[in-house]
Amino acid sequence: MSATTTISDRRRYGPSAFGDDLRRFVNLTLTLATTDFKLRYFGSVLGYFWSLARPLMFFGVLYVVFTQVFRFGEGVEFYPVYLLSSIVLWGFFIETTNGCVGCLLVREGLLRKMRFPRLVIPLSVALTALFNLGMNFIAVLAFALISGVEIRWTWLELLPLVGLLATFAVGIGMLLSALYVRFRDIQPIWEVLAQILFYGSPILYVSAEYERWEEAAVTLNPIAAILTQMRRAFLDPAAPGAQTAAGGAPRLLIPLAIIAATFALGLWFFDREAPRIAEHL
Amino acid sequence: MTSTASHPPAPAAASPPSAAPAVAVHHVDKAFRLPHQQYHTLKERALHPFRKDTFDVLQAVDDITFDVAEGEFFGIVGRNGSGKSTLLKCLAGIYDIDAGDLHVNGRLSPFIELGVGFNMDLTARDNVIINAIMLGLTRQQARERFDDIIAFAELEDFLDLKLKNYSSGMTVRLAFSVAIQVDAEVLLIDEVLAVGDAAFQQKCFREFHRLKAEGRTILFVTHDMSAVERFCDRAMLIEKGKIVDLGEPAAIARRYNELNFGRTVHQLVESGGGGAEERFGDRAAEILDAWFENADGERIVEMAHGETCRVCMEARFNEPIDDPVFGFTLRNDVGATIFAATTDLVHGPTGSFAAGETVVVRLEFQNWMVRSTYTVTPSIARPGLGADALDLRADLAQLIVHGGFYTGGVTNLPHAFEVTRA
Repeated sequence: MSATTTISDRRRYGPSAFGDDLRRFVNLTLTLATTDFKLRYFGSVLGYFWSLARPLMFFGVLYVVFTQVFRFGEGVEFYPVYLLSSIVLWGFFIETTNGCVGCLLVREGLLRKMRFPRLVIPLSVALTALFNLGMNFIAVLAFALISGVEIRWTWLELLPLVGLLATFAVGIGMLLSALYVRFRDIQPIWEVLAQILFYGSPILYVSAEYERWEEAAVTLNPIAAILTQMRRAFLDPAAPGAQTAAGGAPRLLIPLAIIAATFALGLWFFDREAPRIAEHL
Repeated sequence: MTSTASHPPAPAAASPPSAAPAVAVHHVDKAFRLPHQQYHTLKERALHPFRKDTFDVLQAVDDITFDVAEGEFFGIVGRNGSGKSTLLKCLAGIYDIDAGDLHVNGRLSPFIELGVGFNMDLTARDNVIINAIMLGLTRQQARERFDDIIAFAELEDFLDLKLKNYSSGMTVRLAFSVAIQVDAEVLLIDEVLAVGDAAFQQKCFREFHRLKAEGRTILFVTHDMSAVERFCDRAMLIEKGKIVDLGEPAAIARRYNELNFGRTVHQLVESGGGGAEERFGDRAAEILDAWFENADGERIVEMAHGETCRVCMEARFNEPIDDPVFGFTLRNDVGATIFAATTDLVHGPTGSFAAGETVVVRLEFQNWMVRSTYTVTPSIARPGLGADALDLRADLAQLIVHGGFYTGGVTNLPHAFEVTRA
């Protein structure tokens, strides 16, 4: 047997990120995600309310601080709704990325005893978070309608926006989960980075129509761009969208490129590490 | 002493019966790096950028080559840490191999252990569906087979109980029931028979026979030598990542027991008669002969059930030995050990023997064995727990037992019924 066939056979045979059966890949991801989701919601009597409680409490505190104490939201239409929706979206992002960090370690039993595509694990974490986002968004919609936000066609823009956010989160998640197998201080490092990203994104405040390039640069992080566009599409057609805030459509290529590059890097790194994850744990 | 791995396995048994192997393993290596100083954090890595990584290499699987034929029940045995589970994980595609070639023809079951992915906080009902999907079934198929799975496990009454409230035996029953629903053609099974009550084990064994009859190929890692002898067509003994022996399950089981009890100092030698005789020991004493006797002291080759029987050996000492342990093992026609006795257990110290002395050892017992053909394996060992074999000659003499009832058991002990109307 020649050396080349040996290597290609091993490549096909050993553990990998994707596996060779797409249907099994999808089935497994769905099963793991729904199981987690089910455990969270049906594990306790108040399941759904508990999972809503966290963003709502956070929202409540921020709302009081930024409307009653600092008067941040003055002059911003539907500021409370914006605050809640940005918190819920941010919550999805942070749940995915934080969940991904240790996910391979949590599923150690499966990884060591079962042959299945490794990528299923971080993807199922993201999917569970996406289910959660869906549940939380019901509350956001109710709040928006009560607050008097009008239903518009532009609401459909939310779907690709969430898609972009999910892509970004999964990209980071793949990178973090594979890194965490080797370096256990990835967790505190990511917590710090996530804090920076939180304050660097318009979650508590809103993006304005920036004049200077340096100011506009702030909105070029993917989360900022997504939230800014969300505000225009969901709440206030008169508000500056991502394009206006960034100072022109071509500049929007920057956040898009960051999302694509992060996803590609995460995928490449995870795929590279996948064959050895089980033994490095 | 030559190492036990150096002798070639019996040529007839080394090649599988059929031409197209279901599993082909060629010169597979798998090593683990055991770093002396492990960096678990980026901080440590950043603080010591130039420090060289030093590590030991643990060669868990070392140049292993074997084929398993389609429909074969193949046992892999070895002591803890011998590399058998690592080998299975390489086969399963859980570990990537370093070198060599692996081929599995046919769909491979993705599990190597029962109950992987069971969630203790979910009910048995949910766990069955989830587990079946992980096995590769679709949700639809999992639902269709649900009733069969539960019926086989005999857990109809506990469907909605959370798994954390199950006993370990119930959990294993459930796991086994799901596992046998898999559509795989090649099954890799690691240590399944550790738990479960006797009745369920019987059921598992029947299921193994069914799987075998259906032509599934099964690779089976276990410590249970009786299971190896009962089910396996062939077995492989590995130690320190290398194949020690591969062949008849009964021979492998024997070899394993010797290895396990520290009797690693032995050699296989050719007997004078031409055919290969299984013989171990360093020959400080030599077994010259073994035979069966009746109560009158006459040598016999056949005997009726129920009579007094003596099994005997004659041995010569080449070196002075204190308190050697003499032993006899009787096996039936399928190689199952029916009876074994050693002097250290019932006789006590046997005395000192000088070089050149010969000895005759007789073991008398009532022959309650059912009709069959039996062989005796006499052995002499040094005293102590991990006693080295001085000499052991497998299946040296033969006895045919006739008469008595055939009951399906291996012995027919003296017994009496009492039926009383209460």
